[in-house]
Amino acid sequence: MIPPKFDYHAPGTVDEAIGLLQKNAGDAKVLAGGQSLLPLMKLRLAEPKMLIDISRIAKLSYIQEDPELLRVGAATKINDLNDSQVIRSRYPMLADAGAHIADPLVRNMGTVGGNVCHGDPGNDLPACMLAIGARYVVRGPKGDRTIAAKEFYRDTFVTALDPAEILTEVQIPKAQNGDGGAYMKMERKVGDFAIAAVAVHLRLDSKGTVTSAGIALTNVGPTVLMAGKAASSLVGHKPTDADFLAAGKLAAEAAQPASDMRGPAEFKKGIVQTLTRRALHLAWGRAGGKS
Amino acid sequence: MASTAIPRLTAGAPMGGPTRMVHITVNDVPFAIEVQDRTLLVHFLRDTLGMTGTHIGCDTTHCGACTVLLDDRPVKSCTVLAVQADGRKVRTVEGLESGGKLHPVQEGFTAEHGLQCGFCTPGMMMTSVALLAKNPNPTEDEIRHAISGNLCRCTGYMNIVKAIQHAAKASGGAK
Repeated sequence: MIPPKFDYHAPGTVDEAIGLLQKNAGDAKVLAGGQSLLPLMKLRLAEPKMLIDISRIAKLSYIQEDPELLRVGAATKINDLNDSQVIRSRYPMLADAGAHIADPLVRNMGTVGGNVCHGDPGNDLPACMLAIGARYVVRGPKGDRTIAAKEFYRDTFVTALDPAEILTEVQIPKAQNGDGGAYMKMERKVGDFAIAAVAVHLRLDSKGTVTSAGIALTNVGPTVLMAGKAASSLVGHKPTDADFLAAGKLAAEAAQPASDMRGPAEFKKGIVQTLTRRALHLAWGRAGGKS
Repeated sequence: MASTAIPRLTAGAPMGGPTRMVHITVNDVPFAIEVQDRTLLVHFLRDTLGMTGTHIGCDTTHCGACTVLLDDRPVKSCTVLAVQADGRKVRTVEGLESGGKLHPVQEGFTAEHGLQCGFCTPGMMMTSVALLAKNPNPTEDEIRHAISGNLCRCTGYMNIVKAIQHAAKASGGAK
């Protein structure tokens, strides 16, 4: 299968790319790694007239921790995320997710920005970004603005990104002592989207009490979903397994799965419940919590 | 889609759509060729350059038969545009043997019977080469993880794992 005809541009700067997007509104798509877009084009599910390749903009590929934030450039390859010592040691939830995105070869092309802004509820990083409270920096003709990840996903393949805007950076609150996260995914085989997956992030105070929690769900609804009640049920406690089980049940209630080739809806809710409980235990341990 | 239905692509073939000049170094040989923007890297290699060592399997990013190294990293060339490789280095299975001597990974696949039908083998070997360049002494788990994007329907993977271990041992760090 060969993609339909398009005109390829590889601008050297973000502003040049935005100019092209503006001039070709509705006809142009941003190409980062192309690991979602090119298959869609080969199947004629997408037929943009122009591709704007941002992968050659060197300034969009970085992982950098400053006093306030972890900043990840939009064109950072998934495998660069996975290989980063900062990510592996301080943001293990992202390393968990990165190791389960598609397969190792796809991760050499696929990018963090593409994964978070494609808008497929099966993408793995969006749930992490919701759970950890990330913000997205997007640039358009009027300059930069930031959008909270939890405000970003409107519907399947529909996001808060305007047609002439480009995601440039993902901003994650800097990890502190007492933070712990985990991402757990059940997949039929390497390379498939999740049957269901769960991202959890906990922050504990010095006594081991949960001061904040985030839980989000992959591929069990039209978009990535927050499990707000499940998360808030943990805050203010020194949680036990019974609390994690109860949070798992609340997370399953928040899921809106459809029955499909990956299993019936009830099965997927059961998976959400179980993965939530397990991920909370893992995140709790990583945060330094003791039972 | 059956491979017979894929149009033959040659430089400047009347496929329609915009074209551009790309500069791609394949197995250390620089090429400057006009391609359609929509030409996939795998078709550039197989049809434009006539290098048919790289296989087309599923054509849907699943099987890894089309794996080549792009700037030393294994990628699925059915899901990369030739224009995305512009200015970059590609290494294919044809580039493994050197001066009549097989690459340690090729020796390993031979010695350990790492293939039956051979369809997945070029991709499997390219992934193995990249793995050993990064991690000269991988554990079995690391090998299995590294090749998890390359499907083999014959061997059950046992002999492929042994072939890669053989290569690692033989070369003390295959490059």
